[in-house]
Amino acid sequence: MRRDLRLSARSTAEVLVVLGFFLIVTTLFPLSVGPEPRILHRIGAGIIWVCATLACLLSLHRMFALDFADGSLEQMLFGNMPFPSIVAGKIGAHWLTTGCPLMVCAPLVGVQFGLSTSEIGVLLASLALGTPVLSLIGAIMAALTLGLRGGGALLALLLLPLYIPLLVFGVGAVDAHAAGLGVEGHLSVLGAELLLAAVGAPLATAAAARTAID
Amino acid sequence: MSWLYRFASPATFYPLAGALVPWFFGAAAALALVGLYIGLIAAPTDFQQGEAYRIIYIHVPAAWMSMFIYVVMAVYGVLFLSFNTRLSAMMMSALAPTGAMFTFVALWTGALWGRPTWGAYWVWDARLTSELILLFLYLGFMALQAAIEDTRRADKAGALLAIVGVVNVPIIYFSVKWWNTLHQGASVSLTASPKMAKIMLTGMLIMALGAWMYSIATALLRVRAIILEREAGAEWLSRHLNRKWV
Repeated sequence: MRRDLRLSARSTAEVLVVLGFFLIVTTLFPLSVGPEPRILHRIGAGIIWVCATLACLLSLHRMFALDFADGSLEQMLFGNMPFPSIVAGKIGAHWLTTGCPLMVCAPLVGVQFGLSTSEIGVLLASLALGTPVLSLIGAIMAALTLGLRGGGALLALLLLPLYIPLLVFGVGAVDAHAAGLGVEGHLSVLGAELLLAAVGAPLATAAAARTAID
Repeated sequence: MSWLYRFASPATFYPLAGALVPWFFGAAAALALVGLYIGLIAAPTDFQQGEAYRIIYIHVPAAWMSMFIYVVMAVYGVLFLSFNTRLSAMMMSALAPTGAMFTFVALWTGALWGRPTWGAYWVWDARLTSELILLFLYLGFMALQAAIEDTRRADKAGALLAIVGVVNVPIIYFSVKWWNTLHQGASVSLTASPKMAKIMLTGMLIMALGAWMYSIATALLRVRAIILEREAGAEWLSRHLNRKWV
């Protein structure tokens, strides 16, 4: 994991490109829908979530692709550390380099869309629980599509359906808060998904990466 | 149990599937005819929904099959990954197109049914959305298998995807209970007496049974094609084909 972090620290450009993508796509919406504050406030949380999902999708291919291409993934598979824990480390590094920076930018975008401070708080909580799941489920599919022709579009086709529940509950939490309802229900569902994915995804990803190698 | 293992080999299963296909197709046709007769002619008009409700005889069996086939695919996926039986993987691939077809039919008939009763072809309701996700899962499964040339890898990747995606099935099934949605709740369950007239229920169950028979028949037909494709050049296959035609 430390190796992955150091690698991405030395290629900050890739992290920044993902962030830039996130910011520019969120900017497209006020320009296309119109700058009316009421509408923007209504759709703000949804747009931040959708853009976070897409930004994560964009960055997923590099989780394994480079190591797969130069053969170091194979070395890790036969190394003396258990493969699932290496994979878990890579997933953690991916989240630290995409999910985390996105969460730092999200309040800024939230302010642009006119979300109130408490709404931004709920949005951040839902992102904090949700973006790790994006990385976890994404890792499974990134490993499944490793080295395939047309892998990018296939990755989107496989992944976005599985992201829909996250999106629904993540945005649902903010909407429920705006409507004056409790947010615990939505956040608990997100937390449950996080726990389930944290246990299952490294194992499934390791199995998927094995199929790509042998 | 050992007699069961014998049929896990494509060489024994191929002729068996060939012999079974016409029977399942026959049963499917007979059940569909009876079911449609009961549904379209014998059953009375619904006092709330009028004649529009009659689409239930296609919609509900298709929706049931769309979910059930996915679960069966995941079970085959588990069998394949744990016992490494090639036939399980072949059955999994053989079921996917039928499942996708039933999912599409369920969505399409649902849209046609929704228009007169809800006033809209489509609403973003939990059950409709999750059924749409199921369709994408089927399409993704087929796209993934088509994109991988090495069949062993295609089988393993497909099995993993089927197992990961199976979490969606309980979400669809319970969506009408968990969320208060426009889609009506289940009228039929194993624990309570059905909330619909007996003759309507009979027609629907017969249609569902027909859909089962049809799914089994198409899956067996398709698995025979997959076996032919993958085992081309195997000795047993040329022996079997020669015995038949020469």
